[in-house]
Amino acid sequence: MRDVRDALMIARNSEGKLVRRPLSPHIQVYRWPVSMALSILHRATGVALGVGTLLLTWWLVAAAGSDDAFNRAQWFIGSAIGLLLLFGWTAALVFHFFSGIRHLVWDAGIGFDAPAYSTSGWGVVIATGVCTLLVWVVGLAVW
Amino acid sequence: MSGPPHVDMLRSALGRARGLGSARAGSHHWWAQRLTAIALVPLTLWFIFSVIHLSGESHHVVIDWLSTPLTLSLMLALIVATFHHLQLGMQVVIEDYVHEERVRMGAVLAVRGLCVLLALVCIVSVLKIGL
Repeated sequence: MRDVRDALMIARNSEGKLVRRPLSPHIQVYRWPVSMALSILHRATGVALGVGTLLLTWWLVAAAGSDDAFNRAQWFIGSAIGLLLLFGWTAALVFHFFSGIRHLVWDAGIGFDAPAYSTSGWGVVIATGVCTLLVWVVGLAVW
Repeated sequence: MSGPPHVDMLRSALGRARGLGSARAGSHHWWAQRLTAIALVPLTLWFIFSVIHLSGESHHVVIDWLSTPLTLSLMLALIVATFHHLQLGMQVVIEDYVHEERVRMGAVLAVRGLCVLLALVCIVSVLKIGL
């Protein structure tokens, strides 16, 4: 133990053996309250939506090209994989939308106490489920 | 005689110069992320409604839709806000999880470059259709 910060991490257990002190609890240790799950999900959906912009870019490029190019993009989006991606993208977008509004409300200094955290969190989950389904029901009805 | 010692500035000149702390622009990133987020609230709603409206339509309907000045402008605003917001968000994620300084900076710059490029591709495509 040359480093004092390392030395501070060493202690004796109840049997008198030298052991490393445990680190502070991390995501493997904590139970997952809704606030933590949604915080992680906000990031994950943000990154996923970033990947999803590739699909948007392809669609716009195809629309600027020939009928064939556009039809190819439309065909892919209408295929099983395309529809699955689009559904995932819709869910991620709707979640990130409501979760983002929750963040903006916090930025305004509102809703910081623990019960409000939980309530708004479950509100985001429900709103995401309802609106994602609504978008697809209406979308498929129009289609 | 003199009072207890105190420190006026906790950050070294080098730390400030490296861009790791606030050099009078500390809140700009945060603020830009919120502004683009606020802009994206109505733009995203508009875009979802538009996509539903356009689903299953043929190429010329999409072209007609994009050819009105209002649609074209909203689409450009959506593209700029989206990719700006994306780049700012990805930067925060990378900075949180990538600890090696060179890799971190490389990743941030690569993502930023990609976002700018994709945004340009989208903008040019939309302008080509709409103008």
